[in-house]
Amino acid sequence: MKRIAGSFLAALTVVLTVVVFAHAALSINGAGATFPYPMYSKWFDEYQKKNPSVQINYQSIGSGGGIKQVTEGTVDFGASDGPMNDEQLKAFQEKHGFGILHFPTVLGAVVPTYNIPGVTSALNFTPDALAGIFLGKITKWNDPTIAGANKGVSLPGNDIVVVHRSDGSGTTYVWTDYLSKVSDEWKNKVGKGTSVNWPVGLGGKGNEGVTGQIKNAPNSIGYVELIYAVSNNIPYGSVKNSSGAFVKADLTSVSAAAAAAAKTMPDDFRVSITDPPGKTAYPIASFTWLLIPEKFSDAAKRDAIKGFLTWMLADGQGYAEQLSYAKLPKEVVAKEEKALAKVQ
Amino acid sequence: MSPRLRWRKFVSGFMLTMTGVCALVAVSALFFILGYLVYHGGTSINWSFFTKLPKPVGEAGGGMANAIVGSAKLLLLASLLGVPVGFMGAIYLAEFSGSKVAFVVRYAADLLNGVPSIVIGIFAYSLVVLPFKHFSTLAGGFALGLMMIPITLRSTEEFLLAVPRALREAAMALGASKWKTIATVIVPAAYRGILTAVLLAFARVAGETAPLLFTAFGNRFWRPGWNQPTASLPVMIFTYAVAPYDDWHRQAWAAGLVLLGLILVINIIARAILARGIAVPRA
Amino acid sequence: MAAISTVPSAGPISGSRSFLNRLRDGDEIARLITFLFAGSVVLVTVLLIFELWRESVLPRHKFGLHFLFTRVWDPIADQFGALPFIYGTLVTATVSLVIAVPLGIGAAIFLAELAPARLSDALEFFIDLLAAVPSVIYGLLGVFIVVPLMRDYVQPALKNTLGFLPLFTGPAYGIGFLTAGIVLAIMVIPYIISVSREVLMSVPRDQREAALGLGSTRWESTWKVVVPFARTGIMGSIFLALARALGETMAVTMVIGNTPTISASLLSPGYSIAAVIANEFTEATGDLYLQALIELGLVLFLLTFLLNGMARLLIVLTSQRGGGTVNA
Repeated sequence: MKRIAGSFLAALTVVLTVVVFAHAALSINGAGATFPYPMYSKWFDEYQKKNPSVQINYQSIGSGGGIKQVTEGTVDFGASDGPMNDEQLKAFQEKHGFGILHFPTVLGAVVPTYNIPGVTSALNFTPDALAGIFLGKITKWNDPTIAGANKGVSLPGNDIVVVHRSDGSGTTYVWTDYLSKVSDEWKNKVGKGTSVNWPVGLGGKGNEGVTGQIKNAPNSIGYVELIYAVSNNIPYGSVKNSSGAFVKADLTSVSAAAAAAAKTMPDDFRVSITDPPGKTAYPIASFTWLLIPEKFSDAAKRDAIKGFLTWMLADGQGYAEQLSYAKLPKEVVAKEEKALAKVQ
Repeated sequence: MSPRLRWRKFVSGFMLTMTGVCALVAVSALFFILGYLVYHGGTSINWSFFTKLPKPVGEAGGGMANAIVGSAKLLLLASLLGVPVGFMGAIYLAEFSGSKVAFVVRYAADLLNGVPSIVIGIFAYSLVVLPFKHFSTLAGGFALGLMMIPITLRSTEEFLLAVPRALREAAMALGASKWKTIATVIVPAAYRGILTAVLLAFARVAGETAPLLFTAFGNRFWRPGWNQPTASLPVMIFTYAVAPYDDWHRQAWAAGLVLLGLILVINIIARAILARGIAVPRA
Repeated sequence: MAAISTVPSAGPISGSRSFLNRLRDGDEIARLITFLFAGSVVLVTVLLIFELWRESVLPRHKFGLHFLFTRVWDPIADQFGALPFIYGTLVTATVSLVIAVPLGIGAAIFLAELAPARLSDALEFFIDLLAAVPSVIYGLLGVFIVVPLMRDYVQPALKNTLGFLPLFTGPAYGIGFLTAGIVLAIMVIPYIISVSREVLMSVPRDQREAALGLGSTRWESTWKVVVPFARTGIMGSIFLALARALGETMAVTMVIGNTPTISASLLSPGYSIAAVIANEFTEATGDLYLQALIELGLVLFLLTFLLNGMARLLIVLTSQRGGGTVNA
């Protein structure tokens, strides 16, 4: 018995030693937004197939987590759909002695998605309706503010179950950024941020968690990135944009939302495209960014990340549309390729 | 028979039946859990679960091979920390210490045992992750090892103390020094109990999720080595269960079955070892 | 073997041989090495408490004791209050005990008094296995089985029958305090059963027989004589269960709704200390936010510490009174 145990232990040690020292792939860790997670997981998977010596491990813990962990230095890069604010940028600078850069990767949309028994069509939502629902002022589905925009659809008199994010989220940032622009009451009472003091609702973790909640809870409504609603076959609504048209989120309407901003993109790439001008523009769209530190002490890591970013801006964009993300506008891509030089 | 006696007898019969019902409910909960897991997990387990890596989000298929290996690595590290410290500490308590020191050590161990697992995670984060600037298998193993220490310590101590004085005194009479007595007489006499203690501690931390959330973090690839984040079965179960993808739910059930199966098997083995009798009857 | 009373250290008193003799025999080294290991346990525990205290300095200075009584948890405005989480932790633990204690004690009585020895041992074996099931698996079952059951059947039924009570108002989400309490109850029942069973079995036969001899029914002798005799041990098991319920993270966060709400209704979603730490720790930007979460961890630790202390006190009282200690 002891002999068997002894030889087993010896074999185990040998195996582990081999395993520990055998593989020499470079490992890069990133964390952050759940908004682009389907896109990133596809990208990192494809990139690893083409470059087997580089493993980019991305964990979707929410934009808040991405910002936090990249600032702490526990991950090599972060990801967020809410750009870092000046305070957070300053905190990073103070901690590391150099700055952090934002690189837009794709365009996505945040859609109001719902689960109403008996309703399968796409509802129309006005800004007032959305603000009212999430403020907790509109409590029933057949409220006139909702019904008024949806003549012909029979809405039940059930209580609305609001679902929001329980974690720090860029998706929340985009959603609350939009609501702050279209509703003064929202702006004053709640404000915008990755984590807000929600007046009502249940919390789900990540886009995944919110989608899961909505799928399971009748009469619920929440906000998720477009691909989550599409791939789970839950209905999502159209939103009235600044020109008065009800627009559903898709590649065209999202690209239209970025059109104006693309021409006036600031150098640090931090921009909000919610509630944009344009008749065909979807009002709740956003860029999503990779947060890359300006300096890397490990040259191999730096080159690997720059290599990935170059690939992402070229071949990578080709994968976006099949996952319902819109490609970056040409002007933005060009600007980013120049900005790559800043990463040292 | 007076009516009052009849009533009392009725109450007696009724209440005792109710206790039987309570026992039934409690035990059927276990069978229900097992049954459900076997049903859902069993239909989802296939070869690729054990051999493939996770696929990109939303794509069906893929498996948890790296999580299984990751859990194994974490548990190995945890044992490397928990078992020696618990074992050696127990020897000190049982054989060498005075009562005051023993009290302090036992108290500390009980305190550590009572710390909620999420707080252990916080501690491991600030102690291992931050200084190294890395989420890592090391950090996760450290957190789990911390949880193993009090369990191994207290149980091993009990089994060591249970070895009868007669054996110790016989060894002493034959001229053996203290440590020789411990190594060649006492520990072998208590080895069954010690093994049980280690196995039970192992099974306990095998299922822990909370301390891994911000130490081992997660990984979708194979990652040999100890200084990088790693996937683990319990964390994967959590991530997949709260997500909306049906394929992920399927995999979560399979992982749940594998994890629970492992833990139950270890528990049953541990109890069987103990039931075979400790080498020496208890004092 | 009584676990708490002082234990004689087995073996000859170390002062009886000279230091050099001991050193030569290697005993002193052995003593030193094992002492280092034992000491490291104390060191690590002290370090943990110290870290918790040190890393929560900012919110402690800013909010003081008000932290425990403030309802608002607003990361944007840098306002942090622990009350919703303390409330959720206590409510779910209470619900779980309300369910688990009667069931657990009932089952323990059955196993200790009524069941034939073989059956009792066999069932105890299975119940011990139940105690080994990890939390995340309970969470898994909670999400896919308990929540839909609650949402579709139990909660509407409660609202229809008892809806006039403030306890059962509000929409039937399926998740919430009640669901979390139920899942926790299943988790802690094994502790109550196994400890209570041992304690009941160790009550001396003559107590029962005296009661029966005086003409009581089986139930009366059990309930009025045996159980009170084992009272403190049973209370100890309840404290054990409570401590587990308070610290439980995964199963709770998967079914409680993750909303910092204080509501009289059990159907409402809520939050617990462990759940909020698990959800928000990796993303708490800013030192105050992170330290507020660590302070929550400190609060939780203190809660469990107090409870464990009370349990130990009870066990000490038990062994002094000479009734109900464990010695299977």
